[in-house]
Amino acid sequence: MASNDHQANVSVQDMIAKQKGKKGKKRIEKSIPVILFIIASISVLTTFGIVFTLIFETFEFFQRVPFFDFLLGTEWLPFSNNEPLFGILPLIAGTFKVTLIAVVVAVPFGLASAVYLSEYASDNMRRVIKPVLEVLAGVPTIVYGFFALTFVTPLLQQFIPELKIFNALSPGIVVGIMILPMIASLSEDAMSSVPNSIRDGALALGATKLEVAVKVVLPAALSGIMASIVLAVSRAIGETMIVSLAGGSTPRFDLDMTDSIQTMTAYIVQVSTGDAGYGTTIYYSIYSVGFTLFLFTLLMNLLAHVISKRFREEY
Amino acid sequence: MVQLKVNKQTASPLAPFKSNQESTENKIVYDTRQLNLWYGNHHALKNIDLAIKENEVTAIIGPSGCGKSTYIKTLNRMVELVPSVKTSGQIIYRDRNILDASYGVEELRTKVGMVFQKPNPFPKSIYDNIAYGPRIHGIKNKKILDGIVEQSLRGAAIWDEVKDRLNENAYSLSGGQQQRICIARALAIEPDVILMDEPTSALDPISTLKVEELVQELKQNYSIIIVTHNMQQAARISDRTAFFLNGEVVEYDKTDTIFSTPSDKRTEDYISGRFG
Ligand SMILES: Nc1ncnc2c1ncn2[C@@H]1O[C@H](COP(=O)(O)OP(=O)(O)O)[C@@H](O)[C@H]1O
Ligand SMILES: [Mg+2]
Repeated sequence: MASNDHQANVSVQDMIAKQKGKKGKKRIEKSIPVILFIIASISVLTTFGIVFTLIFETFEFFQRVPFFDFLLGTEWLPFSNNEPLFGILPLIAGTFKVTLIAVVVAVPFGLASAVYLSEYASDNMRRVIKPVLEVLAGVPTIVYGFFALTFVTPLLQQFIPELKIFNALSPGIVVGIMILPMIASLSEDAMSSVPNSIRDGALALGATKLEVAVKVVLPAALSGIMASIVLAVSRAIGETMIVSLAGGSTPRFDLDMTDSIQTMTAYIVQVSTGDAGYGTTIYYSIYSVGFTLFLFTLLMNLLAHVISKRFREEY
Repeated sequence: MVQLKVNKQTASPLAPFKSNQESTENKIVYDTRQLNLWYGNHHALKNIDLAIKENEVTAIIGPSGCGKSTYIKTLNRMVELVPSVKTSGQIIYRDRNILDASYGVEELRTKVGMVFQKPNPFPKSIYDNIAYGPRIHGIKNKKILDGIVEQSLRGAAIWDEVKDRLNENAYSLSGGQQQRICIARALAIEPDVILMDEPTSALDPISTLKVEELVQELKQNYSIIIVTHNMQQAARISDRTAFFLNGEVVEYDKTDTIFSTPSDKRTEDYISGRFG
């Protein structure tokens, strides 16, 4: 019996040794990382390619328009026949207005939904609501754009008679609705990953459910929540269809929410869908605007990264 | 200015009647009568009758899955967090049945603190961990809070180790220190009873010893109910011991009696290590 076991042992080891010795297997093992590296490189190189193109064309733009006129100019009149002006601030103001309204809408509602889902909803409720949120996040933005223009704006005009047909308010609200599921879902993930043992600790001290949610779970999940907000803001900044449809095309350097605006993205759409000739200043201007936009979203993404790294709670 | 219950510790030598020398004379703090509990269809506690005395350490022993945690969590109704739970019978705490729907759980848990098996401090500073309980119950004054934090940490025998790092995250402490932080957190609202569910099972021997000594000190001011897997621990620190088996109380008596002359054969088998 014992010797049998011994023999079996030896033969299994032998078989393993034989398998290991096979050359084909080794070659595959070795080539896998190389193949995977090449595949991964493609996406990285593509990104570099895009950024390089942006920089190159932006550089071309600044051969024609002085850098500080672009950065500090308060008038964006690229189509003016006598003297076109390329001051980026009105476009930034348009983007800023929409983003601000979107955040004001999305953060409270998104966080409230997250708290509900993670702390109050039954498993069944969650199983229904989460997919609904995901569907909401998957609605094409052109649909949101039409919703803003044909439903939200007329509705708002009932209450705000001076609201123009194109304005910042309506697309801002709708962009807020668009980013809400993202905040809700990512924040809910962050809150759900707070261990139950910590909730128990608070409940055992006589805390109510709300006290547990607000004073224990929210702070513990803060880094994830902040990261979700920053990512959502980044999406709001880059949002294009909704603002093109419902925001208008009047670059304006002010804080008026009721009048027509133009965001950076909407300007790019306007030029891209028009007939700006290749090599004209207007043609290059879309790259300079695109690059500015890229810097903003890059900044937001870096911020999200730093937040989730720096402020990670230990538990 | 702030007269905390933890103060009684220093005051207790002056109040010899409060000590537990004559433990038979102590009042009953928790009187469990014909308690039954089901998880769905699983009958986890069966006709429990248990009178727990004030200012004593009551140990609950028994093999895994016999219902020790379930019982102790019923005493502060944490067990209700499991949606399928149903109960019958009564648990009289200070003249009122806590299983009554009208008994507010928050009120109950403000009087009955709990320490868990795995240390579970909040991911906050040491200070904020201790101050959490008083704060949610409306104490905002910084000076008073400072006093409470210090007294509670002293009460949990960890003040000297953490007094210079109150603003550090509690998770920077060792497991044994974290557990004493959790005890201090419970002390901070001056409970009447402290429930402990295997509080040392995740700790090293030295930290275990510290917590055991602490339990001995705390019983002068609190009634302590401790679940333990470790029979030596029960023998070392408790005044009374209840032996649970399959959801029933097999035997409940003074710890000395249980460990020297148990009246039930199953108790004897268990404590002599023949099963479990
Ligand atoms: N949340 C729960 N849902 C269903 N059954 C449970 C739950 N918790 C415990 N039980 C069951 O109740 C019995 C007692 O468990 P428990 O009180 O945790 O035992 P102990 O603490 O003595 O090890 C066990 O049979 C266990 O499987
Ligand atoms: Mg247990």
